[in-house]
Amino acid sequence: MRVSPANTQVVAVGFMWALAAITFAVLVFILAFILAHGLPHVTWSFLTQSPTSMGREGGVFPMIVGTILVAGLAVLVAAPIGVATAVYLTEYTREGRLTTVIRFGADCLAGVPSIIFGLFGFVFFAITLGMGLSVLSGSLTLALMVLPTIIRTSEEAIRAVPYAYREVSFGLGSTRWQTVIYVVLRSALPGISTGIVLSLGRSISETAAVMLTAGSALRLPRSLFDSSRTLALHFYILAREGISMPNAYATASVLIIAILALNLLSYWLMRRFVAKVGR
Amino acid sequence: MKRDKLIGSVLLVVALSAISGLALIAAFIFREGVPIILRVGAGQFFFSTDWEPSLGHFGILSMIGGSLAVTAGAAVIGVVFSLGLAVVLTQFAPPGLTAALKPAIELLAGIPSVVYGFVGVVTLVPLIRHLLGGPGLSVLAASIVLGIMILPTITSIAIDALQAVPRSYVEGSIALGATRWQTVTMVLLRAARSGLVAAVILGMGRAIGETMAVIMVAGNALALPHSPLDPVRTLTSNIALEMGYASGDHRQALFATGVTLFIIITLLNTAALAVSRRRAGRRRVG
Amino acid sequence: MANTRCAFRVLGVALAAVLIGEGCGKVSGRSVSLLGSTSIQPFAEVLAEQYTKKNPGHFVEVQGGGSTAGLQAVDNGLADIGMCSRELTAEETRQFTRILVARDGLAIVVNADNRVTKLSIEKIRALFAGRLTNWREVGGQDGPVRPITREEGSGTRESFVRLVMGKERISRRALTQESNGAVKELVKGDPAAIGYMSLGLVDNEIGAVAVEGAPPTTDNVLAGRYTLVRPLLFVTKGAASPAAQSFVDFVLSPAGQRLLEKEGLVRAR
Repeated sequence: MRVSPANTQVVAVGFMWALAAITFAVLVFILAFILAHGLPHVTWSFLTQSPTSMGREGGVFPMIVGTILVAGLAVLVAAPIGVATAVYLTEYTREGRLTTVIRFGADCLAGVPSIIFGLFGFVFFAITLGMGLSVLSGSLTLALMVLPTIIRTSEEAIRAVPYAYREVSFGLGSTRWQTVIYVVLRSALPGISTGIVLSLGRSISETAAVMLTAGSALRLPRSLFDSSRTLALHFYILAREGISMPNAYATASVLIIAILALNLLSYWLMRRFVAKVGR
Repeated sequence: MKRDKLIGSVLLVVALSAISGLALIAAFIFREGVPIILRVGAGQFFFSTDWEPSLGHFGILSMIGGSLAVTAGAAVIGVVFSLGLAVVLTQFAPPGLTAALKPAIELLAGIPSVVYGFVGVVTLVPLIRHLLGGPGLSVLAASIVLGIMILPTITSIAIDALQAVPRSYVEGSIALGATRWQTVTMVLLRAARSGLVAAVILGMGRAIGETMAVIMVAGNALALPHSPLDPVRTLTSNIALEMGYASGDHRQALFATGVTLFIIITLLNTAALAVSRRRAGRRRVG
Repeated sequence: MANTRCAFRVLGVALAAVLIGEGCGKVSGRSVSLLGSTSIQPFAEVLAEQYTKKNPGHFVEVQGGGSTAGLQAVDNGLADIGMCSRELTAEETRQFTRILVARDGLAIVVNADNRVTKLSIEKIRALFAGRLTNWREVGGQDGPVRPITREEGSGTRESFVRLVMGKERISRRALTQESNGAVKELVKGDPAAIGYMSLGLVDNEIGAVAVEGAPPTTDNVLAGRYTLVRPLLFVTKGAASPAAQSFVDFVLSPAGQRLLEKEGLVRAR
């Protein structure tokens, strides 16, 4: 019995739609599961108080501060260095073996598991350099982790700027540096910012690399040399050890909302980039 | 003019420090890890299941098996769902729907791995335990969770690969009387094959590097898995579980595990690159 | 352009302020950091809360990681006090200063629905080694036995191996968890599970079996009838810093010991 191609199509396409529907059902389920259990507990006092009795009660204020410090500092360190490197690779050198090798190296390092960065950071920053379990160790480790990504995305954003822009700028008599600052970077800025915002999102979600570099202290960090627990790590500990499920869900909800906000930001930036460079 | 040269030099210094900083990490990991592999013997290190650090036994075969098992499982799920999703979004969905759903896929990519692991522990693991038996913490649970986690990676690259196929191929096929589905299977997927394979390989690279979600749902047992319902320990979980207290040879063995992961991921990256380059080469000829 | 310059200036000042803040905590000698056993961690947290209430301006930081990690941290300078829930080896006794702060029973825990309520040490060993694989064989319901163990650096695990396993190895199929809390959660959820954890952390969500006829209570631990007992230690490298010594003094004081007893431990003296 031969099945007509038209019928095959109906079945196959229906199956594909089912797969797509399942995928989105899963996404919606995960978000709804966490937010439904957690949002009711995300109160103002939850966001502004410190935890007591190991997190069974109280809030997550020190974790919010810790997360902002660790992730924020990481991106603050990695972004200028990464963008400068990308500028150098695209504007100041020729395409050749060296740049290909560097690009491949950056791609490989971008794929290295975060736990390996954590192991490196623990042994190098915390122990060898004597920084201990601290915000500083954590953020430097994360900075190294996101650096390859920032270099690559910045590079692609810069290369997407049409050469004509540069030609016009040179034609008008500007130096290379002036061209870079006023023409190239300005056009590539939304694309570069997208890469930076995504790296920020990755830093905020990161747990494996901060476990043993920033540590897991519950108190509010008073300086960069104090240990501090990030939101993601706090959620992991609360959930894993069954300390307080409501607080765990609430912590996860705060995390997810922050990441949602960052995603929206990067999406908006990307749209501005496409509009500017017209790709 | 002089200022321009000065700035050029500053940028060079920054770029060199960034690159050498990253190279330093790779060098550090290799310097710490390779000696122990040589001391224990590569055969012993990679092919023995005897991991007993307190006795000085460092065989990571169980962990390699665990990593490969969950990655393969994740790849299967990734292939089925991601390719299906990519095909639907590029071929059969109205453009408005596609534009609305792409950000949703990216959102999936942003959810922290600990959240995936937790939802897996609370919903998936008991389900597996009740329906299929075993501890629930298993290769199956880890594969499903990882498969969902790498979906966005594979889907977005697959979409790019499918959209890169020239419209003339599709139009020609339809003109010859094929249905859209026949066009998809016989023309589109075949033409985009290298890009799709590259997408899956890169997804596998992500899966093999995942740590937190796997620790929560895989069970972390030291034996090689005999069935998808058996608990496993992956290379990454092993590092995370032991790095807090490992010292001396043990710590070096963990770095050696890092070296192993580094090599595997570099191989995967190279394979993906070679596969997608082959596609470009073939297109230039045909 | 002027706005960016201004922003950078503000950022620089803020950064400097935060960096300078480091001087206040670590150098003033009023901060203590503890790291190590996840068995001791909750109790150390409770003690820390009490201590900082009584001594405002003092700063106590507690982190987990496992007993051996605690010793490592003290050795590396990552922490002032290491928390260790097992006896020190001869080598370690030479390296570190050992302070006994409490004693703790080692509970053998099963799911609340498990019918088994008592086991001999021999049977426990067989269950964890994988020689007995069905609950029926020890008087329970028909079903597989799933042993749960801790990571190698865990003091709880070391104590368990020393007190129960002896020379026999724990089954390679045992599920590994990295803290007492994680073991408890797993045992709570899986009817076939059996694990070991700190007696002081057991609550009525799971069951703890009687060992060699003695139910696992603090009285039995004190009286010596419950034989699975291990020391809870604070460990320092050489003499403790003044801030650390002050905290240790509080822990060993009658008030501190009373607090530990209330939480389910057995006092040191």
